[in-house]
Amino acid sequence: MERSTIDLWVGIFVALGVAALLGLAMKVGNLTTSNIGATYTVTANFENIGGLKPRAPVKSAGVVVGRVSEIKFDATTFEAVVSLSVDKRYVFPKDTFASIFTAGLLGEQYIGLEAGGDDAKLQNGDKIIKTQDAVVLEKMISQFLYNKAAETPKAPETSGSTSSVVDALGANPLDNTTVNTTINTLDNKGKTDIAQPVAP
Amino acid sequence: MIRSKLLTSAIRTLRNIGSRFTERIWRMGAGARLFGLIVVSSGECLRRPRLVVREVYFTGVMSLIIILVSAFFVGMVLGLQGYNTLQTYGSSEAIGVLVALSLVRELGPVITALLFAGRAGTAITAEIGLMKATEQLSAMEMMAVSPIARVLAPRFWAGVIAMPILAALFCMVGVLGGYLVAVPLIGVDAGAFWSQMQASVDWQHDILNGMFKSVVFGVACTIIAIFEGYDAPPTAEGVSRATTRTVVTSSLVVLGLDFILTSFMINI
Repeated sequence: MERSTIDLWVGIFVALGVAALLGLAMKVGNLTTSNIGATYTVTANFENIGGLKPRAPVKSAGVVVGRVSEIKFDATTFEAVVSLSVDKRYVFPKDTFASIFTAGLLGEQYIGLEAGGDDAKLQNGDKIIKTQDAVVLEKMISQFLYNKAAETPKAPETSGSTSSVVDALGANPLDNTTVNTTINTLDNKGKTDIAQPVAP
Repeated sequence: MIRSKLLTSAIRTLRNIGSRFTERIWRMGAGARLFGLIVVSSGECLRRPRLVVREVYFTGVMSLIIILVSAFFVGMVLGLQGYNTLQTYGSSEAIGVLVALSLVRELGPVITALLFAGRAGTAITAEIGLMKATEQLSAMEMMAVSPIARVLAPRFWAGVIAMPILAALFCMVGVLGGYLVAVPLIGVDAGAFWSQMQASVDWQHDILNGMFKSVVFGVACTIIAIFEGYDAPPTAEGVSRATTRTVVTSSLVVLGLDFILTSFMINI
């Protein structure tokens, strides 16, 4: 078969394309790092999964050991059923604790596994009993405000709920005399600390 | 008298709109039929792969320069703009994620397709249109050589092969451009740049989906270019109009298809 320079150029073109695809897969994508081989599936029930998504990482001690494969809703218990695909190389005890964490303040949510001390191991299809739900920021804030409002003994009765919360936050539990005594105590302690001779 | 004149002009406008609309529908049907004919008569390409290789040279290899240079600049601009915004949130290391995801998911396939339509699509249309105007296609038919199998099918398959390769090169060179701006120029940590990128770009959901998009765009752009050329009136004006229509139609179809494909790929 007769060869021409066109063939050579097209060959180079195709080779470049394959190289670019390989580069994308290896250098840009996570084909090498996320290559979780054989997995086993365990499920865990949560009352609230927050913003957990399928394909979210499953980490133990900060290392990715698997992925969330499926999230379903159980209509009888009204809980979320999360299926986790965990790498076969990592075997966890039966009493492993599964909790939903957030990476950073606004980051993605992932499942953290904390190994327990049981001798029996988690098998394919098992269920993790001990779980902890995702932290919902709004719930935490409202709980904090309620606690704060309950702490203040003489919160003045007001009509609007917003103003009562503001009052509760504004009321300073430390009055002036307490503050002064505390400052004095600290001051004296500092003086005695400095006055003590330093051992040579 | 005046009223009846108004009425006739209104009717004429309505008739014009209607005829244009039916013309579009007719052309869409003819294009689909031509697509079917090309697919059915592409056995010739398998028997003589040299025909396809020659066309890959003209559509793919000759488009390399424009694709690579624009990819490089697109990547650098993404790096600069991304840094400008991310810096406000103190997460300038995420610049790699931004550049790679926007290139692999959207910009790579779409800009490649738009440039391809302008660089290679117009050439296909003009060539086929001129072959038709100078009656080369009729001459082939006289000699019992099917112009669809001998002229159209190799160009079609060449476009379908060349587009994903060009898109992959576009993404890779764009990422390198972004790297060049982010790491040596701005001073983002190279390890964080690559590791954050690798952590969030998924091989199947991002890269393979982007490649799938570019294959679809390859089919759409090439079939539009071939159809416009094959359908062009055999005059100088007809060929020039067909070339313009190739660019306009391909661009619109690519952007519309991109929306449809993306909405399928992103499950909300």
